[in-house]
Amino acid sequence: MAFLKLVGIVKTYGGFRAIDGLNLEVRHGEFIALLGPSGCGKTTTLQSIAGFVQPTEGRIVLDGRDITHIRPEQRGLGIVFQSYALFPHMTVAQNISFGLEMRGVPKGERSKRIAEALDLVRLSGLGERYPKALSGGQRQRVAIARALAIRPNLLLLDEPMSNLDAKLREEMHIELRAIQRDLGITTILVTHDQVEAMTMSDRIAVMQKGRIVQIDTPYEAYERPHSPFASAFLGKTNAFAGAVQTRNARCCHVQVKDTMLNVPHEDRSLGNDVNVYIRPEKIRLTEAGKGRLNGRIRLRVFLGNLWLIAVESSFGVVHMTQPNLGMPPPDENSEVGLDWSDDDLRLLDREVTHGKV
Amino acid sequence: MHKNGFFSLLFHLLFVLFIVAPLVVVMAMAFTDKGYLSLPTDGLSLRWFQALLENQEMLDAFLLSLKLGLVSATVAALLAVPAALAISRYEFPGRGALTGFLLSPLMIPSVVLGIAFLRFFSVAQIGGSFWALSITHVIVVLPYALRLTLASTIGLERDIEQAALSLGAPRWVAFYRVVLPRIRTGVIGGWMLAFIQSFDELTMTVFVATPGTTTLPVAMYNHISQTIDPLITAVSTVLIVGTLLLMLVLDRLVGLDRVLIGEGK
Amino acid sequence: MARYDAEHVGTTPWLLSAPALLVFIALLLVPLLLTAVLSLNLFSDTEGVLPVYSLGNYLEVFKDGYFHEIFLRTGGMALAVTLLCVLLGVPETIIIARMASRWRSLFLLVVLGPLLISVVVRTLGWAILLGNNGLINDALQALGITEQPVRMLFTQLGVIIVLTHVLVPFMVIAVWATLQRLDLQVEWAGLSLGASRQTVFRRIILPQIMPGILSGSIIVFALAASAFATPAIIGGRRLKVVATAAYDEFLGTLNWPLGAAIAMLLLVANLIIILGCSKLAERRFKQVFE
Repeated sequence: MAFLKLVGIVKTYGGFRAIDGLNLEVRHGEFIALLGPSGCGKTTTLQSIAGFVQPTEGRIVLDGRDITHIRPEQRGLGIVFQSYALFPHMTVAQNISFGLEMRGVPKGERSKRIAEALDLVRLSGLGERYPKALSGGQRQRVAIARALAIRPNLLLLDEPMSNLDAKLREEMHIELRAIQRDLGITTILVTHDQVEAMTMSDRIAVMQKGRIVQIDTPYEAYERPHSPFASAFLGKTNAFAGAVQTRNARCCHVQVKDTMLNVPHEDRSLGNDVNVYIRPEKIRLTEAGKGRLNGRIRLRVFLGNLWLIAVESSFGVVHMTQPNLGMPPPDENSEVGLDWSDDDLRLLDREVTHGKV
Repeated sequence: MHKNGFFSLLFHLLFVLFIVAPLVVVMAMAFTDKGYLSLPTDGLSLRWFQALLENQEMLDAFLLSLKLGLVSATVAALLAVPAALAISRYEFPGRGALTGFLLSPLMIPSVVLGIAFLRFFSVAQIGGSFWALSITHVIVVLPYALRLTLASTIGLERDIEQAALSLGAPRWVAFYRVVLPRIRTGVIGGWMLAFIQSFDELTMTVFVATPGTTTLPVAMYNHISQTIDPLITAVSTVLIVGTLLLMLVLDRLVGLDRVLIGEGK
Repeated sequence: MARYDAEHVGTTPWLLSAPALLVFIALLLVPLLLTAVLSLNLFSDTEGVLPVYSLGNYLEVFKDGYFHEIFLRTGGMALAVTLLCVLLGVPETIIIARMASRWRSLFLLVVLGPLLISVVVRTLGWAILLGNNGLINDALQALGITEQPVRMLFTQLGVIIVLTHVLVPFMVIAVWATLQRLDLQVEWAGLSLGASRQTVFRRIILPQIMPGILSGSIIVFALAASAFATPAIIGGRRLKVVATAAYDEFLGTLNWPLGAAIAMLLLVANLIIILGCSKLAERRFKQVFE
């Protein structure tokens, strides 16, 4: 039974459809990420759930209750804004206390819950500080504490990490996920950062042009993208244009340049003009002549935990990665062979609109 | 933000009426065909504007104010620009005090300034000349020129200038080709604001003006003290229209909100 | 913001600011000092300014009921004007801030533009409106609200109304500047936590614009207390304020020392109000705002 349902949401601004028919069902306690580039409508969707934007069409149902037309101050959601939106003229404790005051929580109980909330985000003792005196990371925690103190049944996160530096962001991903798991609170995260989406969420909803184009667990979304867009947005990939030669119940033979590839694939609806995809980490280096493809190392870059290698081949430039297990890859300009498992190949119709694939 | 409801807009309308009413009334009365203060209910007439053109006293005062404004604004700008550059580009002891000192006329009541200048002129035996008057105006309007110029020099990033220097430009060329164009609008805006403030100046000028150096506001003030007639409304109309035009230019150039509020929209 | 290092500064900044500085020292500081000295001289009807030094003028101002009345009236008037400017100016600024960008620019121009028009012109318009035969009285009588003309010209009320008109743009400017710095998301945060619109205004918006209201009030009060043209034209000969009293002594009675003393008192009062209140406000709000 879905805890949160978005049914047929459409939002138009003049002639522009910011949200173009969006349907979403979120289970209780689930962590969903709305992932997409800027302009895809993810923030507008979040603002619709929060009530700051009224959908042109469609319904929003929370815990069985239609909240589409209910004012934001009556929805009882917890929201962490991108700019944190702390009340600058109130202390940390007063910020957290605000939502409790609005609910008529008596003073003694309030102090208890403020202390709890500060504990939860590990900011105990900073209650009397003003936002101005806090670091970016601390302000974010206050924003989270403030949203959670009211014990909402839905938590909305609007790109909350975009103002943090990389290291802090990584830490917060894990911490926030742990807090969400402990409290079991249904959460929706809006982000353009796919690492963030994959780290924290139970399911990722990939959005493009106001619609959800795929919603899956991080693993499924990454391994089996439904479209070139999803494929490119989640992680990096190699794409080669090919033509289907023969197909049977279990696989297709696809001609890419002068090589015939054997791709296990069951989708009957696939056309003849296709792209073959393979993720960089699925490709291995072997001796020249021993793999499925020959090539010459054009560039290799060391990133600490892995090597990035660009190989010039008859397919064009192939990007691959090799974990740093001790032996470095051959030098640049060396002749090598590329190998992979057929199971790691993906096929998608080549889209007529030529975006970056 | 929430949109404005009916009562808010009503309040707003009344407020705008309050602000605009005296100006509209003055302009309306300037077109009366009658010989006394009245609304032009019987038809518009330009007789009072004609009368204005024949009124030597007002014409002289207008020309004097014009000359005075041009001179004081220019001198003020010439003094203010280097000072603004010094203040915004250098960290030196006394910078705050210097800025405060140069902006201080804003905090000194015009009456006090008028009395002080009058005393100074009597001691120094100068009074009564155009140049003495312009000095007082320079002091009064310099803060305005300084504030606007500062607004544009403070935001100036040095790297562009450093890039020019690294490419071989001598200091003064870098200033002329790189810095000046960037602060040009602030300087011109400051000049225009200084001009307007000088032209409008009344209270201080009342003390230091003499029969030979009567500015337009002072002439109007003297006139009003005796009688209020359509002639003075005609003068006022010319002033209002002129100021409106200058405001439009200022807005185009620098943005009126920057001029009046100090910050952009 | 890039600046030259402190060590390399040398004399350049001083050379650049020298012209302005010298002009100001010679032509602002010196005249003010001369006036201060003048206020310590005494005056006699027969001999003019006497070259003696005493605090006699100041004592006269402090002891004479005539001056008490003037200072009290000026202070009370300035207070009333400040209050009116807050009551009118603050809501108006918020209303303008909520408009679509096109209207916002227009009305800012309409409300703030009059600052660039000489105070003579603005006061003239009010003199016409407020007279016994003026438009307001004509309208009131035509609508049957009053039978006799309501006397507004040459009254305290008239001066207060006109000064409010002249000075309310300064309040708008001060509040507008703080309004601009408000983060819209902070308002949304308040709503999301369950506060009604009124509560959001009262507990979230208002506290944040308070510094603007305060600084606007300080400016308006100082300007109202030292106003000259409006009280002179609208108030007339008999309704004296500090500025017109100084004028009277200086250019009327020719008692320059006394006039100078009044001017000095006005200056000091102004500086105390502006600097003193600003410091207090700053200290109170320092921990809260950037």
